[in-house]
Amino acid sequence: MAAKSNLTNMVLCLTAVCLVCAALLGVIYTVTYEPIRDAAAKALVESIGKVLPEGGSLSEEMTGENDGVAFIYYKSSDASGNVAAYAVKSKVVGFGGPLTIMVGVLPDGTVYNTSVLECSETPGLGAKCSTDEAFMAQWRGFKGNLKVRKDGGDIDAITASTITSRAYTLAVANAVSFVSSINTEDNE
Amino acid sequence: MSKIGLITKGFIKENPTFVLVLGMCPTLATTTSAMNGLEMGLATMFVLILSNIFISLIAPLVPDKVHIPVYIVVIATFVTVLQLVMQAFVPDVYKTLGLFIPLIVVNCIVLGRAEAFANKNSVLDSALDGIGIGIGFTMSLTVIGIVREILGSGSVFGFKFIPGDGILAFVMAPGAFLVLGYLMVLFNKLARK
Repeated sequence: MAAKSNLTNMVLCLTAVCLVCAALLGVIYTVTYEPIRDAAAKALVESIGKVLPEGGSLSEEMTGENDGVAFIYYKSSDASGNVAAYAVKSKVVGFGGPLTIMVGVLPDGTVYNTSVLECSETPGLGAKCSTDEAFMAQWRGFKGNLKVRKDGGDIDAITASTITSRAYTLAVANAVSFVSSINTEDNE
Repeated sequence: MSKIGLITKGFIKENPTFVLVLGMCPTLATTTSAMNGLEMGLATMFVLILSNIFISLIAPLVPDKVHIPVYIVVIATFVTVLQLVMQAFVPDVYKTLGLFIPLIVVNCIVLGRAEAFANKNSVLDSALDGIGIGIGFTMSLTVIGIVREILGSGSVFGFKFIPGDGILAFVMAPGAFLVLGYLMVLFNKLARK
């Protein structure tokens, strides 16, 4: 038989349950804090490794801005200290929410490779941007008109996911124009 | 009812998806592929078992008028625990399911079992009920996922055996309703025998 529903009982019961639950959450949060941070850091390092040519020495995280959009980026330099490539974190709004990708760009504006960091696109449709071989492969070494074919560019969109493909292409284009802007700055 | 019966009733007689028709939101939303369905089922099962155990423990102490808020707090706590643990140890699974994990809080199956079963049965029986309903839910989601993946993408568990793109509608929401409806008919026809 349940306890009587008088004020004291109800307040006591809710307070006790909330205290226990809050304590449990506190413990779990503390325990998982480091693994979550490590997992995120590992995913970041992996994605940078994927989009850059091998063997360069990687710089610390740097920030920059182009056309009012802030970017976080990393520089990879070869043995003699010349910049070999940039890894740029580029964020746009996709079909289902933010779409964040890591774009590797060579100093001449060629896309080296891309990798998805955060994606909330429709499973089975837009989410294919991180699994569809044909879509992902076309970024390797891409240099050309950064628009999907429907808009007159050279990018093959994912079937039935034009909005996601457009967002993805925009993210890459942003990264490329950001790299060209820091390149001009460096040369000045 | 025997202990085994407590588990197996969730498979067919009280199958949460095809007979009780509970928890339709994650059922329709996450079953775009067999793997997604399976993972969502397992995540829900985890919350269901823990919340059933905990609620059957505290049920005698909870005044009637506040039992819904208490159960929701308990369920939300376990869902958050699941979310943190998944983020920490299986980040890849979390990446695909992340969006739907918080929705387990409002999954009617979890609250429904707390209301209909856990608050008037023993801890052991409630745990078994959670396992049974959880397995039933997982199997249902996986079956819907398999059918939708075959028709929509021409593959099963990511293993492609029909070339081409498949029938797109089955990956999207209309296909979810169609597949669910036909499977429900089929299931109830077979179960009645």
